[in-house]
Amino acid sequence: MSTETIIWLIPLPPALAFFLIVLFTNRNKALSHTIAIGAALLSWLGSMIVFARALGVERLGERPFTSSINWLATGDTWFKIGVLVDPLTALTLFFVAWTVLMIFIYSVGYHNFGQPEGDHDHKGLPPHGATVEEHGSKHVVPSVEPMYSRFFAFIGLFAFGMFTLVVSDNLLTLFVGWEIMGLCSYLLIGFWYGKKSARDAAVKAFMTTRIGDVFMLLGIAYLYSVTGALSFREIFTETTLHTLQIIPSGVLGFSTAGLIGLLLFIGTVGKSAQFPLHVWLPDAMEGPTPVSAMIHAATMVSAGVYTVIRMFPLLSLDTQTMSVIAFIGAFTALFAATIALAQNDIKRVLAYSTISQLGFMIAALGIGAYIAAVFHLITHAFFKALLFLGSGSVIHGMEHGVFHTGKHEVDPQDMFNMGGLKNKMPITFWTFLIGGFALSGFPIVTAGFWSKDEILADAFAHNLPVFLTLAVAAFLTAFYTMRQITLTFLGEPRTEEARHAHETPWTMTIPLIILSVFAIGFGWIGIPEHFPLLGGLVPNWLHEFVGGTLAEHPEAVEFSWTPLLTSLVVALGGLGLGYLFYRNVNSPAEDKLQLGFLKNKYYVDEIYNAVFVKPAIWFADKVVYQIMDKGFIDGILHLFGPGTQGIGDGIRNYFDLPFINRFLGDGSANVTYFSGEKLRVIQTGRIQQYLMLALILFLAIGAILYFFVFSV
Amino acid sequence: MVPLSWYLIFSAALFSIGLFGVLSRRNLIAILLGIELMLNSVNVNLAAFWRYGDVTNITGQVFAVIVFAVAAAEVSVGLALVISVYRKRNTVIADEIDMLKF
Repeated sequence: MSTETIIWLIPLPPALAFFLIVLFTNRNKALSHTIAIGAALLSWLGSMIVFARALGVERLGERPFTSSINWLATGDTWFKIGVLVDPLTALTLFFVAWTVLMIFIYSVGYHNFGQPEGDHDHKGLPPHGATVEEHGSKHVVPSVEPMYSRFFAFIGLFAFGMFTLVVSDNLLTLFVGWEIMGLCSYLLIGFWYGKKSARDAAVKAFMTTRIGDVFMLLGIAYLYSVTGALSFREIFTETTLHTLQIIPSGVLGFSTAGLIGLLLFIGTVGKSAQFPLHVWLPDAMEGPTPVSAMIHAATMVSAGVYTVIRMFPLLSLDTQTMSVIAFIGAFTALFAATIALAQNDIKRVLAYSTISQLGFMIAALGIGAYIAAVFHLITHAFFKALLFLGSGSVIHGMEHGVFHTGKHEVDPQDMFNMGGLKNKMPITFWTFLIGGFALSGFPIVTAGFWSKDEILADAFAHNLPVFLTLAVAAFLTAFYTMRQITLTFLGEPRTEEARHAHETPWTMTIPLIILSVFAIGFGWIGIPEHFPLLGGLVPNWLHEFVGGTLAEHPEAVEFSWTPLLTSLVVALGGLGLGYLFYRNVNSPAEDKLQLGFLKNKYYVDEIYNAVFVKPAIWFADKVVYQIMDKGFIDGILHLFGPGTQGIGDGIRNYFDLPFINRFLGDGSANVTYFSGEKLRVIQTGRIQQYLMLALILFLAIGAILYFFVFSV
Repeated sequence: MVPLSWYLIFSAALFSIGLFGVLSRRNLIAILLGIELMLNSVNVNLAAFWRYGDVTNITGQVFAVIVFAVAAAEVSVGLALVISVYRKRNTVIADEIDMLKF
């Protein structure tokens, strides 16, 4: 098959899996997950083939794989949709395919495939465990998820959305994939819809991202109205970009390019959970953990960053827009990192770290560090998928302990209920450690170090305030990561449940191991050339490859000791301090960082609630419902109702009953009856009387004719 | 030659006698006799009109012959009916045969 054909086919298997599972195999759990994983495997295979072929092309950036078809007739021209694989897409496909496949496999174990049905499990609620008898004694084991097949259908659709978005060569199909993911995130965050918190989180995620999406759609429409094209290759031509740059938009002194870029960026703010639209992401933890990994690593938030990276040639035209992006990114990086310090839920810490890391990428993009942003996007996807799957594994192990003790009030996600899991769950521990160190930027070995170091180096070279902000954020990142690892895995078990935690099945640990390989190894492709000792040993392949995406190959920044030392200090310092601080902390009371404003996420939710949600509800109730709906609309209806009834009554009483019924209906019957009654007496049966009658009538008619007709 | 009107008057008288017989007699056979009288009065008319009209055209005579034939057939059928009625109801009085009503 030609490479273009394969690219077209990459998104299809998961979509097909979705329909197959929903329509046909919903009742068969084994078949459903086989179909879903098979589909993910096919997409993975396609992506790897495309990636391998992309590697073999010299200067892929100038001659990317493209293919497009006419889709909609727009006046004289055709609106085209198609696929595009340039270096950026190829790398994105690589990490998306890997993480998606790993998450799919992991979900099998996470949803307890092979375990018995629960004793009293309900659809829409997490499984509560099943009682089994073994060796003469009863004990509780995890039970299989009641809506197992549905889960695989949804993540299949999710993967379809992401692959569509990645291979698109235009903003419209990219937006289609974007919205499919929005829908899937809603469905999956609210997967356990029996829980009110999950329902609320799903609605919140959907509404919040919708705000961004509306702006993004405006941006797309604006771009189309100015250039008449949505295809990347048509937009990113020198003339088009130049036109966009010189036409002012008339809004706040932005150029057209700047305003479009800003609108598209707001879409990303929603999707990638940047301040101020970050509120949905921590709540998205209500979904099953593979979903969190899916949203946080493989698909959703990566899609947001991918889109701004994709639109970078447009964004970089306006310095004002770039400043906004850099500011939002850097601010979010620090802001989310501080909140993460005080969270006790293992997944919430990771959620805020995701927001923070996405802030790093956005900030990198905002200061023009294109390659660093791509690099961090990929490494982050790997280690964050690893961390989420690892945390899911921890929760799963803790649930095992909860089943053992039977105390269901113990929260298996609270880190203060854990401790000492290192020995209980060794594979999870080591892989989580790798992921956590990658997130912290542990020097040299982990991938996170190289990508974060590159961002810091670029920031140091271009924008000092951003550099300082990111350095602090990086320090906090290392600190809260070590806090998490210490609380979860080190020390002694703090609860009976943690003492009975258990390593998870191989379907969960294998993906962890594979992802941890990437979390270490993927950094080595992007070692800066002038790095002391190591630089130059391995060529900086990433820089060459990704740099080719842009028309103007970006220059690597000069090596400087300051950012390198900074990143070494913050990573090692954060990790070290984190360990020292939390070595002996055993309860939230001993934790000095449980500050109210951090714990409550700076009250952003409360502020939004007071400023947006409450007034909206008030408006909906008092104005729309009471006045508009009940008063006005219903009032009109109440006029119409009796009016038509009156007309109907009138017609019935004064026309239908007297005329149609009485006169026409009854009248004709009465006349016939009456005449029959009167005439029956002449019907005697006597032939001579008939003859007599005939004679009389004959004479009478004859006389009449004679006197009145013929005589004239 | 007697004038045409005489024939017509005779014929009308004969017809009236026949009609009176049909209407007034109670016996079915007498009613049939009345019908015969009426038919024959018509024959007298036909013959008279032929004789006083175009003699070369013999339509009137032919018509009279056909009426004879019809009368003969009618009488035979009528008598057969009378016998049949008599066998069934044991009477030939017209008033008693009054099943032709609702």
